[in-house]
Amino acid sequence: MSASVEVSRLVKSYGALRAVDGVDFDVRSGEVFSFLGPNGAGKTTTVEILEGLRRRTAGDVRVLGLDPWIDLARLRTRIGVTPQDFHFFPKLTPREGIRLYARLFERKVDEDELLALVQLSDKADDRYDTLSGGQHQKMGVALALVNDPELCFLDEPTTGLDPRARRAIWEVIRRLKGEGRTVFLTTHYLEEAQQLSDRISIINLGRIVATGSPDEIIRRFGRPERLRLVGESALADRLASLGLRVTRDDGAVEVELGSKADALQILETIRASGLKWESFSTRSDTLEDVFIRLVGRMENGSLPAEPEPEGGP
Amino acid sequence: MKFRNVVTYLPAFAKGYIRNPLGLFFALVFPVILILIFGSVFASSGSSPVPLTVQNLDHNSATSVAFLSALNATGAVSLSFVSPSAGNLSSYLKANSLSAGLVIPDGFASDVANRTPVDLTVYTNPAAGAEAGIVEGAVAGAANAMNLRLAGGSEVVTPEFETVGGPLYKYIDYLVPGLIGFSVLVSPMFSMVNISSTWKRDKLFRQLSLTPLTRAEWLTATLLWYVSLACLSAVLMVLLGQALFGAHVTLTLLALPFLVVAPILFVSLGLLAGSVSTQPESAGVVGNIITFPMMFLSGTFFPVALFPSWLVPVAHVLPLFYVIDGLNSAMVYNNPTEVYTDLVIVVVVALVLAVAATRLFRWRED
Repeated sequence: MSASVEVSRLVKSYGALRAVDGVDFDVRSGEVFSFLGPNGAGKTTTVEILEGLRRRTAGDVRVLGLDPWIDLARLRTRIGVTPQDFHFFPKLTPREGIRLYARLFERKVDEDELLALVQLSDKADDRYDTLSGGQHQKMGVALALVNDPELCFLDEPTTGLDPRARRAIWEVIRRLKGEGRTVFLTTHYLEEAQQLSDRISIINLGRIVATGSPDEIIRRFGRPERLRLVGESALADRLASLGLRVTRDDGAVEVELGSKADALQILETIRASGLKWESFSTRSDTLEDVFIRLVGRMENGSLPAEPEPEGGP
Repeated sequence: MKFRNVVTYLPAFAKGYIRNPLGLFFALVFPVILILIFGSVFASSGSSPVPLTVQNLDHNSATSVAFLSALNATGAVSLSFVSPSAGNLSSYLKANSLSAGLVIPDGFASDVANRTPVDLTVYTNPAAGAEAGIVEGAVAGAANAMNLRLAGGSEVVTPEFETVGGPLYKYIDYLVPGLIGFSVLVSPMFSMVNISSTWKRDKLFRQLSLTPLTRAEWLTATLLWYVSLACLSAVLMVLLGQALFGAHVTLTLLALPFLVVAPILFVSLGLLAGSVSTQPESAGVVGNIITFPMMFLSGTFFPVALFPSWLVPVAHVLPLFYVIDGLNSAMVYNNPTEVYTDLVIVVVVALVLAVAATRLFRWRED
């Protein structure tokens, strides 16, 4: 599969500050790629460099085979962009905005269909400055699609949307993927990234800390499945003495499982010991768990060791 | 540059402008209000005779009536009469809020016949300086003419009064070009300061940079809009000035270059003011600091010739002064030489500002 975006050793400096510090990744054609990171991680700077809106300090960037800073004139007819915190001309309506873009891009666009796609039909003729924040975002998505782009940059397109509208945008993204387009998505909603993305990169402090499919990232950086027990404190000591990896978490005891069958054995051991317990459940890491662990890890500029278990071989 | 993109974007910009009541107000409505107010207030200046209240205590003697006829014939004053029984004229004038009066004393005719010096008492209000001067000059002129005739002399040297350029110019004639200049200044300046700062904050320029519209096309469309507004404003001001106040102004081709170049100048200046500021609020302050002194010190509402001498050099460094001076030369005096001088200055300043604005005003960030 060819790459729509290729980023190699990308650096962006502001004086002494390196906002983006040697980033490498690529986005394959036809995939939904999510670019995640906490505020100030270098995420928006990287995206704006890819969109041709910001000049890089060093490194190589190719978007659809073009240098976005130098070749923006050629690139902009092939990409669609919904910027973070989208704004438009305050006195124009969504319909007028789509018409303006369609004429500039010299495209024939069914305004009603596009407005319906982003669930903005009922506000088609309302002026932008009377629309809500969520409706602004929907209009941004609609405008990004006017030129029938091969690659869509959607920078936090669902921020501020209610759950129904958010799911409508999810459907748009799935539809774009279904049509063979590439989607470069940034979002603060990790559930959204997990559901929609083929692959993900996580950036922190200007560096990529993880890249892969959501499952790969969870497998690689997440902890094993755990049995979570709520009961008396002696439970932890008892289980640790059996050589199990035990951690305490918010008053509960978590025991790492090698396999599902381990859970049955542990529960039998507890029953036999006579120690009191109130409830149990099994738990796996989500992308959000992994994200928080990775971002937390990088706070000192390096990857720390795994959480220290109380027992184990 | 694709002209197609210019004509595609222009209606969108125009819609945004027209749907913003504040923009249209400053571009068209406010100058109309100003011409109505100033035109009405100063409608009489420079042409109408000054009212003069006369108390003839000489029982309407033939000599006093002849003197008053001569005074009336000057056209500088319009006489109204008050009865001798009204008492002291000064008190009468004060009680009736009148600013000028003349008393013909009892025995005026006999004193004149006997060649006995006789005093005419003229009351004027120092607060109405121009009117006081007119009354004093008219009465003195009529008295001198009477003295000359009594001495058996005749006028050898007589002044012929004309106004500069030919016809009798009035305040409204200077006001119309001034208000066109006001409109040409205010509309692009306020609008561009606002646009360049808020659009930058809202990243709208970056949004546009992702469309096929280029900076040059955007700027051309914007300039076309403000040139159209300037022309519309000029037509409106001239028609109103002529229809309501009889202004002696004509829309000539000589004025057209100013209506094209001045918007370029002030759009560039507005872009610069907005570009150097990081926040729309501070951009607004910078815009006001530039706009307001220019608005009042460039001869917009009053000719610069009336300014105190120390203020005149200040007016001469303001580009709007040359726009208004040029419009005056074109529309009032029809003086091409003066027009070209002003136009050269306006074009040079516009070019410098346009180049500076183009360099500083960027859509993308390094």
